[in-house]
Amino acid sequence: MTVGEKVGAPAGGTPAPGASGRRWLRWPEEAGEAVKRNLGLVGVLVAIILVGVATKPELFLDGGWLWNNELLILTQAAAIGVIAVGMTFVMISGGIDLSVGALVALSSVWCTTVATQEFGVGGMVFAALVVGTLAGAVNGLLIGYGRIVPFIATLAMLVAARGLAQRISGKLTQRVSTENRLIPDLSSTKWLGIPALVVILLVVAAAGWVLLNRTTFGRRTFAIGGNAEAARLAGINIRRHTVLVYALSGLCCGIGALIVVSLSSAGAADHGELYELDAIAAAIIGGTALAGGRGSIVGAILGVLIFKGITNLFIVNNLEQEYQLIVKGAIIIGAVLVQGFNLSSLRRRRSAAG
Amino acid sequence: MTAAAEDVVLRLTDVVKTFPGVRALDGVRLEVRAGEVHCLLGQNGAGKSTLIKVLSGVHAPDSGEVSWLGEPVSFGNPQAAMKAGIATIYQELDLIDGLSVADNIYLGHEPQRAGWVRRQQTHDGAMQILARLGHAEIPVAREVGKLPAAAKQIVSMGRALSREAKLLVMDEPSAVLAHDEVANLFRVVRGLTAAGIAVIYISHRLEEIREIGDRVTVLKDGRTMAANLDAKTTPTSELVSRMTGRSIEYVFPPRPPARDAEADARQPVLRVEGLTLDGEFDDVSLTVGRGEIVGITGLVGSGRSELLETIYGARRASAGRVEVDGRPLRPGSVTAAVRAGLGMAPEERKSQALVLGEPVYRNVTLPTFERFASRGFTDAAREQAAAARVTDSLDLRPRDVRRPVRTLSGGNQQKVVVARWLLGATKVLLLDEPTRGVDVGARAELYQVIRRLADEGVGVLLVSSEVPEVLGLADRVLVMREGRLVHAAPAAELDEHAVLDLVMAGSLLEGGTA
Repeated sequence: MTVGEKVGAPAGGTPAPGASGRRWLRWPEEAGEAVKRNLGLVGVLVAIILVGVATKPELFLDGGWLWNNELLILTQAAAIGVIAVGMTFVMISGGIDLSVGALVALSSVWCTTVATQEFGVGGMVFAALVVGTLAGAVNGLLIGYGRIVPFIATLAMLVAARGLAQRISGKLTQRVSTENRLIPDLSSTKWLGIPALVVILLVVAAAGWVLLNRTTFGRRTFAIGGNAEAARLAGINIRRHTVLVYALSGLCCGIGALIVVSLSSAGAADHGELYELDAIAAAIIGGTALAGGRGSIVGAILGVLIFKGITNLFIVNNLEQEYQLIVKGAIIIGAVLVQGFNLSSLRRRRSAAG
Repeated sequence: MTAAAEDVVLRLTDVVKTFPGVRALDGVRLEVRAGEVHCLLGQNGAGKSTLIKVLSGVHAPDSGEVSWLGEPVSFGNPQAAMKAGIATIYQELDLIDGLSVADNIYLGHEPQRAGWVRRQQTHDGAMQILARLGHAEIPVAREVGKLPAAAKQIVSMGRALSREAKLLVMDEPSAVLAHDEVANLFRVVRGLTAAGIAVIYISHRLEEIREIGDRVTVLKDGRTMAANLDAKTTPTSELVSRMTGRSIEYVFPPRPPARDAEADARQPVLRVEGLTLDGEFDDVSLTVGRGEIVGITGLVGSGRSELLETIYGARRASAGRVEVDGRPLRPGSVTAAVRAGLGMAPEERKSQALVLGEPVYRNVTLPTFERFASRGFTDAAREQAAAARVTDSLDLRPRDVRRPVRTLSGGNQQKVVVARWLLGATKVLLLDEPTRGVDVGARAELYQVIRRLADEGVGVLLVSSEVPEVLGLADRVLVMREGRLVHAAPAAELDEHAVLDLVMAGSLLEGGTA
């Protein structure tokens, strides 16, 4: 079958540990670098809390307040977090999705029209997810089969989807009717002490992690972003996969739209404004390469939490919001610089050792 | 000595340039006179490209002397060489498509005053230069990207003139031109030499050298084998024999006893019939038998790489069909080709074959990871074990399959690409320049691997511009020229001399001129 097959030969230097069973739980060896990076991001989160302790000790040292405050941050991070999961897939595949904010608006409006609301909660959820997924698939078709660069295709979708949302809603806020109270109520529901919206975020993130790191879909995403031509010549259908990746991002926007509708009890054409910037920034802070081929779901979620944590810190301290944006900008640059530094120093150490 | 010596503009004495593992130039002598067309002849790997790079200031020689206009010089960078009056026109013309003809001609030294480009002067100067080249009809305001290849070449030469170059180095300028355009190029070149400009002309086509050249210098293995031969009268057989018999230590695995050619033809694992890709190659038919290695050789631009890519489905053929084991392939689909048992190691390893940041095992399983997966979930442990098995069989070093491919040497990277096709049920392996950028030791190993694959029944179609490689490795050799297969014969019946002659459109075997 294969050349010079040696039965029982050691697997390339060191045998793979725990090769049998429980492979879902095993930490991938090649993820060592990502783990280190994510620990660094956790450190930043801890630092944010420590700054809170230093500035408002009476609040941050109160365990109950702190717990509720962190849950609040997580709740506020839910929509962007879910969208950042989709964005991470897109960016690892070498693309970018500027339309996510507009797709949130479109999905939120579509699922809260009078006609949709007549179908009940199930109909609303279905509408939000399908609209998001289809709009994302349109992005993917334009990019994969229409050969339009991702930046342009999704920029056009950003403009058009927002316009369609305004057309459908007549620029009016569409309140969720009392029969469908379940959706707004979700924002105040807790499961096992955890807000339901946070649970949704965690489930999406966990599913995204498994999809990215443990399935053929994720492998294709990395391969296409790492070298599209090599992937194509290895027989991977990169056009079809591009459509699926953008459709996945659209699906995440649909879920994000439901979270936004739940929090605001309404759908509106101005929902999700500038979400694309937050999602891209979170992915980049989390170590996802703009050029593709590298990225981490955990990192992206941590990136969202860092941003929301900073916002929270400013609010708690009654500081002006303008400074908060400046700090966030500095964090994006800092994260990229630190990652570049890590990689180059790692390489130097390697070449020195080998 | 007296009169001629004053004419000499460029003289190279014992120039040596080494790269890690390769002695690219190993004592080159060259003497170029003002107003002559000096031709450089040599096979791929003879050192022509390195020599050009030394002349144009890209590489500095390790030792030896470069004397320019009677003074020893060493150019630290391309700008210095340009300033001194040496202009190089590369095969891939380094023009900027989005800029106008005039802007391209004056690129880097625009007529200016206080940072403002003097547009009128640029415009007029470009017109004068083009008129000097006999091509006043090229509109100087036109974007270069909208010009045909022949006109671009003229613009490139115009740029050299705008720098007042005294030596023009032209690297296979005719490769991108149609036949009648070559005649025009020659007219322009003659105009330049009449004005006292020296030209170094590189071409693989002997009839061109005969027509335009004054003197010929032959390179082999980075050495000057013969200098200053007369381009018009030196017999072809002498030129070719100076280029052949390269001394690189190729170690080829023994070829199995002569194959039954008729049996191969009856039961081919790959059959290509009338395959055509407009503008690249025409009506190509060939077969590869089970366990047979078929080598294709030809010049750059003969259509050989395009042929492999079309067979593989990476390009969509204009006409013709490809069959694997008697079943036709869906045209233009790599996925279908891979499923049918085709595998390819493309020409550009890094840009076309490898995901450099990913570990070795993921590169090995790139086409096959789905076979290791169950219900869509990948199985990294099984992939690693399988990848380690095949890479060990190829003696990949270092042995750790979790290292990023980026950290491997060229030869080991090529092993990773070949290893990937040992995992699936590959029936036909298409290899495009499998040993490019691979050092001598790793080459021998790759040859062993390819032969072993064939022994196990895989059909191999090998493209290489290195004639000794094709002759030493293949069972059967096909020669491609200008998009057509012009000759096919068992490797044992050919020698380097005959193949080179066919490749370069000579006429020793065909008995006529091309």
